[in-house]
Amino acid sequence: MAPALVWLTALMVVPCALVLALAFFRRGIYGGIEYTFTLENFGLVFDPLYAGIFLNSARIAGTAALIAVVIGYAAAYAIAAAPRRLQPVFLFFAVLPFWSNYLIRTYAWIVLLNREGLITQLLRWFGYTGEQPSMLYTEGAVIAGLVYNYLPFVILACYAPLSRLNPELAEASRDLGASALTTFRRVILPLTVPGIAAGAVFVFVLSIGNFVTPALLGGGRFQMIGNLVYDQFLTANDWPFGAALAMALIAIMLLVLMAQALAADRASGRAAEAKGDADG
Amino acid sequence: MTSSPARAFGMRTILILVFAFLYIPIAVLVALSFNKGGLPTAWSGFSLKWYASLAGNSAILSAALNTLIVALVSTAIATLLGTLLAIGVEMRRQYGKGLEALIFAPMIIPDIVLAIALLSFFSMLNLTMGLHTIILAHVVFNLAFVCSVVRARLKSFDWSIVEASADLGASAITTFRRVTLPVILPAVVAGALLAFTLSVDEFIIAFFTAGAGRASTTLPMQIYAMIRFGITPEINALATIVMAVSITALTLSQRLNPGITGQ
Amino acid sequence: MTATTFLRHRSLKMPSIALGLALALSVPAAAADLVISNWDGYMAPDAMAAFKTATGVSGEVVVHATNEEIMGKLIAAGGKGYDVVFVSSPFAEVLNKLGLTEPIDHTKVPNLANLYPEATKLPHDVGNNFSVPYTWGTTGLCYRSDLVKVAPTSWSDLLAPSDDLKGKTTMLATDRWLLAAGQLDKGFSVNETDPAKMAEVKDLLISAKKTLLAYDDTTFYSKLVSGEALMVQAWDGWCNYGIAEKPEIKYVIPKEGSDLWVDTMVVMKASANKDAAFQFINFMLDAKNHAWAAQNIDYKVPNKPAMESLPADFLAKFPNMAMPVADLVKFEQLRDVGDAQRDYSKIVSEIKAAQ
Repeated sequence: MAPALVWLTALMVVPCALVLALAFFRRGIYGGIEYTFTLENFGLVFDPLYAGIFLNSARIAGTAALIAVVIGYAAAYAIAAAPRRLQPVFLFFAVLPFWSNYLIRTYAWIVLLNREGLITQLLRWFGYTGEQPSMLYTEGAVIAGLVYNYLPFVILACYAPLSRLNPELAEASRDLGASALTTFRRVILPLTVPGIAAGAVFVFVLSIGNFVTPALLGGGRFQMIGNLVYDQFLTANDWPFGAALAMALIAIMLLVLMAQALAADRASGRAAEAKGDADG
Repeated sequence: MTSSPARAFGMRTILILVFAFLYIPIAVLVALSFNKGGLPTAWSGFSLKWYASLAGNSAILSAALNTLIVALVSTAIATLLGTLLAIGVEMRRQYGKGLEALIFAPMIIPDIVLAIALLSFFSMLNLTMGLHTIILAHVVFNLAFVCSVVRARLKSFDWSIVEASADLGASAITTFRRVTLPVILPAVVAGALLAFTLSVDEFIIAFFTAGAGRASTTLPMQIYAMIRFGITPEINALATIVMAVSITALTLSQRLNPGITGQ
Repeated sequence: MTATTFLRHRSLKMPSIALGLALALSVPAAAADLVISNWDGYMAPDAMAAFKTATGVSGEVVVHATNEEIMGKLIAAGGKGYDVVFVSSPFAEVLNKLGLTEPIDHTKVPNLANLYPEATKLPHDVGNNFSVPYTWGTTGLCYRSDLVKVAPTSWSDLLAPSDDLKGKTTMLATDRWLLAAGQLDKGFSVNETDPAKMAEVKDLLISAKKTLLAYDDTTFYSKLVSGEALMVQAWDGWCNYGIAEKPEIKYVIPKEGSDLWVDTMVVMKASANKDAAFQFINFMLDAKNHAWAAQNIDYKVPNKPAMESLPADFLAKFPNMAMPVADLVKFEQLRDVGDAQRDYSKIVSEIKAAQ
């Protein structure tokens, strides 16, 4: 195992430590790095402009996560309700798109959404000749792209706990007089929270650091942290500030992951209680 | 679960809608790749001409070759290192928190962060970037994925048979070859295929760690450049081929090791 | 020997083997003599083949989408990996200030004599010390004359468009040209750095964002051809791409004026093959080759005999190609603004982040 650990240390730990170090230096006038210690890059992260971009990214990523979880949970629920022998097939096909190229899946939405694209043509086919607002280059397009790209993972994450659910639990709940809704809310949902949390966190974390989707589907009109980091490294040539932004991104990610672990712990505690109640 | 007709109908509707959402964009892309006309969005008859024009596009062919080199080499290294890592960790049952984090990190660290970290690292070392730097980078996340697939398999492995084998006088090599390897082989191959797929599709890290010019332009980088310069039927054709390759690799991987997609 | 020690023993050798494998396989295959970075489609497709036939030197052209992209790569790698780079003049200035450019050896580029006198004393590099102009022109409005109700005449027609154009305009995504639209509309210099004036420009451009389809500096002309957009901020030559596909597309320099942009060729100090790099530049400046380039990319070139040799029907098709040099050089050139570039970047971030 030594070589693998050496590899990870040399090509992940050290470079990431380097980025952390970079964040404490100053940018030269034309890019490059001046080796004088400063905290101003971290201060700049909290500048209203950049803090605003963080918040906006979080909002877009959060919306994408919410939508993906709603659709993904419904899909996972439907798959788990299907006949046993069909479940692996459904699941396989739900996940398959996830393994095709991300850029291509995003590009497919440009083809669908542009003003002269397929959706417009369908509308015309049906006789609609009115003004067609652009669907591409909107926040909706960016969110649709994110949901589309990450949905398979959410389905997977939600399916795992749903498929392990003991059907007797739901029956017991109903036998005790609970309505279907109550059963879902009090028994099924708590038991599947870890899956929901994992799916939501996954979508959120990948979305907030994404730069490809806003660049291609947002028409440059939407800045997310990913774009900002990209810009600092490849266009503004302010590596130290880019490094500080990247570290802030990692910090947000760790916070979200910790929150998820905590939520999962609580949920499993509650689930055990619920199970105890149902068994009793 | 029990089902009433109304509920079954609801479930079926959900499945149909979700699969439509997942597959219509891809289906449209594939269909339009066979479009005769030059507009990438309006159908005007069947033709294979965009595939023919791909075959004559030297930039795309060289990008495809680069992608293949990167994917094969990084998969080979990652499979070896990732498998050894998995065996090492599972055999000794060392689940130190730091170790777990180190192995888990490449799978969750945002691509853009790893990408800029490696870019800074390589340029600070004054290393000329090229295919080799992309390979070095791809091994990082590939080995983590191989390791996790193999570890999943090893969780149910009974290590006492390794000891039994040794007690019976088998050499370490024989034990590994005759006992350990047969058990984990499907997982190793599945992990390798997964790594291969990830590497073929990876864009962001390759984009930041590539060197100048065609010599280290990979297919996803080429596709990104093409998309940025407008939508053309040629991209549709290229996209269809790339998807066919990754989907084949994943299907193989799935057959060898059910569970890789979560089942 | 147990399995563990076997593995441990074997694993010691692995890093060196793996690294060796990675490095052995990645040594670049016998590369071309010259690596040239240019915008996609910004030279004649057969230029490199012709260069090889003429000089025996092989060159590989790699493409960059924007100035910023190639600048990032050049600065990150200390200019290594490239021999000749095509960048716009303010970026050439930065490369020069960073010490990444090789001084142009005029004895090795005799075809510099073909340049218009005006092109040898451009403010960014009087005397062509570190850069050689390749193309030049204006930035204005490119529009569908068949679909807009009133032909545009002013930057305000883009920044505060009439109702029928709302959601159907694009602006350039690149910092300097995006800001230039606002600076020109306000009557400021395109190199204005005064904070109060730049705040006005920022507010103007943020309000313009609300009516914009997208920021786009690579596909705007195809959006115009397809009808996705009806009026775009464009470089004159790139508008010509649209005109070539749809004659209804027209180009106009707004009454407030334009910048004078100059795209240049620079030789990198890190180049291992500078003589061949100069040979390449000389080849591009040859009257016939430069004219051929102009006809392929539909951009004005600062080469007197080349421009004079352009066929009349070509000039008739693309009226902005016939613009007199005296009129062109009246406009102000974009210059490197030094430290103020940081403020520019921040303003552009604010514009792009605005809701």
